[in-house]
Amino acid sequence: MDFMDKQISLPLSDAAIKDLQVGDSVLLSGTLVTGRDAAHKWLTDCFIHPKTAVTQEDQRIFEELRGILAGGAIYHCGPVVAGLDTKEYRFVAAGPTTSVREEPYQADVMKILGLKAVIGKGGMGNRTLQACREIPGVYLHAIGGAASLIAKSVEEVLGVYKLEFGVPEAMWVIRVRDFPAVVTMDSHGQSLHADVRTRSSAILEKLLS
Amino acid sequence: MKDLTPEILELIRRTSTDLPADIESRLREAQNNEAPDSAARKAMDTILANVEMTRRDSTPICQDTGTPLFFVKHPDGWKPRDIRNWIRAATAEATRLTYLRPNAVDSLSGKNSGNNLGSKYFPTIHFEEIDEGDLTIDLILKGGGCENVGAQYSLPDDRLNAGRDLEGVRRAALDAVNRAQGEGCAPGFLGIAIGGDRGTGFIASKEALLHEAGEKNPDHALGALEDQITKEANELGIGPMGFGGNSTVLGTRITSEHRLPASYFVTVSYMCWAYRRRKMIVHDDKVTYT
Repeated sequence: MDFMDKQISLPLSDAAIKDLQVGDSVLLSGTLVTGRDAAHKWLTDCFIHPKTAVTQEDQRIFEELRGILAGGAIYHCGPVVAGLDTKEYRFVAAGPTTSVREEPYQADVMKILGLKAVIGKGGMGNRTLQACREIPGVYLHAIGGAASLIAKSVEEVLGVYKLEFGVPEAMWVIRVRDFPAVVTMDSHGQSLHADVRTRSSAILEKLLS
Repeated sequence: MKDLTPEILELIRRTSTDLPADIESRLREAQNNEAPDSAARKAMDTILANVEMTRRDSTPICQDTGTPLFFVKHPDGWKPRDIRNWIRAATAEATRLTYLRPNAVDSLSGKNSGNNLGSKYFPTIHFEEIDEGDLTIDLILKGGGCENVGAQYSLPDDRLNAGRDLEGVRRAALDAVNRAQGEGCAPGFLGIAIGGDRGTGFIASKEALLHEAGEKNPDHALGALEDQITKEANELGIGPMGFGGNSTVLGTRITSEHRLPASYFVTVSYMCWAYRRRKMIVHDDKVTYT
């Protein structure tokens, strides 16, 4: 493992993704978008497995997101945001939320938005790992709970989509500098989460034998 | 009675932004237990830098300020209805001031109320009338990540070979920790209730989290089991954030409640490292916080 921080910028090239290995610490800079439970469900219900006709407004948002997120990153995060009354938004606290809830949707969402990176906590499952191999893409683990420290890396809130989902669930477009994270799933099929789970489950079996 | 809304607002601010000393000292021990240059060590460094920053800047430790869980003990003379109104007013104001994230979502419409006021359990307020003593209000902010990995076992559990005894409790607790992996924001703390029904089991497991880390259990056998569960949970090697490492659980507290002959529940509430817990005490006109 290499513990010198790697500086990476969005959008990410295939070469930059392939250079990343499980265990690498990174400092990420560029524009990314927050999206969690409601956003993944909306993307799925409207654009991946459409259930109803898509409104013009939703279609427009989708096209804009594809533009912003080509080669980019989605961040599983429900921030605390100041300036809601003046619309001069500022991130106060912005740590990651648990990613695995998006496992049913993530691989498709990565492909339809052109994402190269997913940022969250707790890791994801086999379908996302497989998508990271195919695309190629990477899963970046931010430190859960370190919310104010992470918010310091958010230089500017550029805009917000779907604020009607509520502040935590809205899709916030933010520019970050030196956002700290660790690669825990890479484009080479490695998952730190799968390794740790296999090991801990074997130990548990012994403790319960 | 004096309106305590401003004092309760201060309780919320302190709880959201200033991690208790007993928890921080456990986190510092955990930091020193991880190998230099490991991902686990780096996670602990980040966690503790954040703890210092939020205390200084008065910003939320974690953006998920959770379900506010209030535990009120009131002697004669205080009306629960008044206290409820003050708590709700303070909660809405704390949200406006960004000490809390708006977290109350209507389960049917998906609409966020915007001020953390929801139906009767949001915020959650437990009242207990006491014969004498001061009015006290405990507050825990428990985020969704760790709440989601909480678990309730009905013993006997064949899969775990867990019977209706303390050995069964141990098996259930270790299984819950292994299932949680890093998703509950390890290194965490366990509040465990033996007995009760399904509902009271979860309430009691959260009340167990009101105790300070390391506070001695009056029941010797439960105290020994707490130590054993903590030690063995750490042997699992899940580590901070699930990165692998030596610190997975930093403390366990077990409580026991009466149960029905037919039921034997073991309820595990997992508390993340951001163990936000504060208390306010009202003695005559004076309010203090611990």
